[in-house]
Amino acid sequence: MLPILEGLLPGLESVSPLGPSAYLWLLAVPLLPLAAWMLQVTIGRFLPRQGDWMPTGAMGLSAVIAIVHLIKVLAHWDADFLLASAQDGYGWRFFFTAEFPAAIAGFKAGILYDNLSAILLAMVALVSFLVHLFSIGYMQGDSRYNIFFSNLPFFTFAMLALVLSDNLLFFFVFWELMGLCSYLLIGHLAQDEKEPRMSAAWAALKAFMTTRVGDVCLFIGMAVFWVNFETLSFHGLYTATADHVAANGWESWMTFGGVMMFLGAVGKSAQFPLHVWLPDAMEGPTPVSAMIHAATMVAAGVYLTGRIYLLCSPEARLVVACVGAFTAIFAATIGITSFDIKKVLAYSTISQLGYMICAIGVGGVAAGLFHVITHAMFKACLFLGSGSVIHGCHHEQDMREMGGLRKKMPITYLTMLVSTLAISGVPLFAGFYSKDAIIGKALERSQESGELIWALPFWILLGAAAITAFYMFRLIFMTFHGTPRSKHAEHAHESPWTMTVPLLVLGFFAVFSGKFWLADPLHAVSGGNDPWFLQLVQDPDLERWESGHVTAAGGLGGHGALAEHHEGEVAHHEHYVGAEAHHEAMIFSVLAAGTGILLAFLFYFWKVLSAARVAASLGGIYRLVLNKYWIDELYQVVVVRGTMKFSDALFWIDRTLVDGLVHAVAGTMRRLAGLSAATDRIVVDGAVNWLGETTIAAGQATRRIQTGRIQQYAYFTFAGALALAAVVLFDLI
Amino acid sequence: MGLTAYLVVAAILFVIGLVMVASRRNLIYVLMGLELILNAANLNLVAFNRFNPTTKFVAGQDVPVLDGQIAAIFVIILAAAEAALALAIVLNVYSLFETIRPDDIDNLKD
Amino acid sequence: MGTVLAFALFAGLAVVSALVALFHRSVIHSAFALLGTLLGVAGLYVMLGADFLAMTQVLIYAGGILVLILFGLMLTPGDPGERRLSRIFGGVAIVGGFAALFALKLAGVAKWAGFGTAAELEPPVDTAREIGLEFLRRDSWLLPFELASIVLLAALVGAVFIARRRFPYKEGESAEDGAA
Repeated sequence: MLPILEGLLPGLESVSPLGPSAYLWLLAVPLLPLAAWMLQVTIGRFLPRQGDWMPTGAMGLSAVIAIVHLIKVLAHWDADFLLASAQDGYGWRFFFTAEFPAAIAGFKAGILYDNLSAILLAMVALVSFLVHLFSIGYMQGDSRYNIFFSNLPFFTFAMLALVLSDNLLFFFVFWELMGLCSYLLIGHLAQDEKEPRMSAAWAALKAFMTTRVGDVCLFIGMAVFWVNFETLSFHGLYTATADHVAANGWESWMTFGGVMMFLGAVGKSAQFPLHVWLPDAMEGPTPVSAMIHAATMVAAGVYLTGRIYLLCSPEARLVVACVGAFTAIFAATIGITSFDIKKVLAYSTISQLGYMICAIGVGGVAAGLFHVITHAMFKACLFLGSGSVIHGCHHEQDMREMGGLRKKMPITYLTMLVSTLAISGVPLFAGFYSKDAIIGKALERSQESGELIWALPFWILLGAAAITAFYMFRLIFMTFHGTPRSKHAEHAHESPWTMTVPLLVLGFFAVFSGKFWLADPLHAVSGGNDPWFLQLVQDPDLERWESGHVTAAGGLGGHGALAEHHEGEVAHHEHYVGAEAHHEAMIFSVLAAGTGILLAFLFYFWKVLSAARVAASLGGIYRLVLNKYWIDELYQVVVVRGTMKFSDALFWIDRTLVDGLVHAVAGTMRRLAGLSAATDRIVVDGAVNWLGETTIAAGQATRRIQTGRIQQYAYFTFAGALALAAVVLFDLI
Repeated sequence: MGLTAYLVVAAILFVIGLVMVASRRNLIYVLMGLELILNAANLNLVAFNRFNPTTKFVAGQDVPVLDGQIAAIFVIILAAAEAALALAIVLNVYSLFETIRPDDIDNLKD
Repeated sequence: MGTVLAFALFAGLAVVSALVALFHRSVIHSAFALLGTLLGVAGLYVMLGADFLAMTQVLIYAGGILVLILFGLMLTPGDPGERRLSRIFGGVAIVGGFAALFALKLAGVAKWAGFGTAAELEPPVDTAREIGLEFLRRDSWLLPFELASIVLLAALVGAVFIARRRFPYKEGESAEDGAA
């Protein structure tokens, strides 16, 4: 079962845009953090500075490789760019043909490197590197510093490998590895030597168990597709699904499988029913939060949803859209009422993830994934900024205890403000482009279908955008403006360079990752006016694809694969409709953001309105939201207690039925054993004892002969000689 | 005289030796009885050799076979060795048990 | 007739001396009576033409073994009350009875049973030279001869080893005293 490497160095022509040994370089991207993890786990604590420089350095190297390759991809500028090693014949075969059915024996794992993978890989590596760098400052003095620096690169490794996986099986493996790493990292402080935090342990457990629900669903979905198509590679699934749909139309099992796989993403990306773990995950150290919220965990869910979009039936897509939209508004409302700076950001993340999921649901796959990238930048920046604030305020997390930090932490303030502008969707910042693309897509979808249900996402997203702008500015005002409201805030100080440099880098990307304004260098390459991402990663044309006209070679970049079918009028017309919708959407979204920001100014800057009074007037609704819609309590009652009750019932069954059976068997066995013992005692022991006693009696009888008198023995000897002589002489024989 | 005469003498000596070994209550007598038995055996060997003469062809001439006499010589040799050792043992027995009555030396019993 | 006389003399000497040795109350007397038996047997050897063996008998038995026995007598205490005539006669009755029974039986079956048939025998030869040659002949008795020498050597060493005083030192007696 050893993996057989079927040629690691592919021919030059197949990877021409990236150079001859592209696959090796791409493999190095996840393997460097893996190597760092191995070294850190084994010898890390013996190294100087507990080895923190080694994973950081490895991540830096990894990021450089990923970014260099991204630049090569950008320079190549082809929407259909695709490197799929398994398709090229370069992959890892894991099973021997003779021992397994053909489908399993033919299973090959390889690297999938297209525009989306390239961008995501670079983003993950970069953000992870910055988080590592930030952690050097933030985690200083932690009692398990070296452990932290071994888990962090492993986490990154899992995500990088996941992004490069070309099949669902490996995707799932790394997906689970991430679940494990998130468990370890969220629960990091639970084993602190000085003050272990039990809540961290519970949070880690909650995150692990909640995502596990989703993971099981994902596995079921994978199984459904495997059973029907006998392949798990993304492109194999696209092709098989397209053929199947062209022949039979969408069938109900496909809806089921698609929804199941989407539920995996729901767990990982903290969508509505399974969102409860993410706020609790704030128990982990802040860099971990940044990692989970920006680069790794939650991005993986959206990435999965994007990758399996083509496998989802229209019904499944509707589910995706509804779940996303609901989560977006639902989490945003909770964000208004939170006072913990990290909790606000956590609910903001859930809300933004809802955006992305909803975007994918309404068909804006590219827009949703675009938002993953921009969101990763500014959310990482926000989290690291909040980490910097918490670090500066001696681990105070309550915003009511802060205030007036603007002067004391200028770099943190500046970068967080920029990121807030970006997340609020203020024009020219990164978030504006992606959010605008999403809202535009939602509007476009609603106009296309004309059904009410498809109009809902648009309005919900718009409302969520306004609320997002409101609570984010609330955060800024409460934290950085006004006067210090506690001793910690008064004595706050700016963080060291290892923490501010990542902030500055991420702040830069928070501004420019959407579009480099008017002087966009990519504009010159592409010639289009859309943001670069939307040109590189394009929404698949579903109608064409479903009718089987596509070989789906390009997967998500399938637009280009359709080029021969796309001609003139049609394409132009579609683009026109989309552009029209986008112009409308842009106005709406800017208005929404403006409303939110204005409200925030009214409440928290100018203090014209009183938040407390509004809260009081809302009464029950406020309490409902403040308590996060009682979801956690509901789960506590329904799921946890239910599980306990179920366990009690099982325990009873175990006690009475199973134990009874076991006891009955045991009793029978005992009786049998008693019988056996009696037999043993009487028959076997009797025989043995009889033998022994007979021997003793014989000995007692014969020992009289042994008088100890040698002269008697002489007579005996003579008697023996006589006996022998008698035998001879008297012919006794 | 014929063979039977010698055999009768040897038999008488043997009986006397055996009775001496078995009935006198002194280890020295046991030794002497053994010597008598060995002499009786030797006498038999020599007598049989004498009354069943054979020759063998060695080095160009017939020579008489004297195996009986030679066996008797070996018996004498071994008797000498036996006497020396037995005497040493008797002395040891005496120093251990302070008696040389064979009846009293019954430690092996029980 | 001379032969018969000589036989009667030597056989009588041997048997009568043996009986004296068997029955006599004193160990010393028994030992000297044994000398008579050994000499009688030596005479019988001469009559059987075994001159070398007779010489050996006198030298080793009478000169060596008997002296050893006498030494043993000197080193052990006499035991005047040890003789039990009942035991001796009982032994003679049992052993002699059985021996006679078997002798009669043998006399009935043995073809060579002759009491006075020595006449047709060849005259005895000079056996000393023949026996010496036999001992040195490689395909004959050389190996037992050599082995006998080893046995004698071992017996010599063993006798010395066993006979030296080492058994339990009595109260107040040290190892040095025992060795002395």
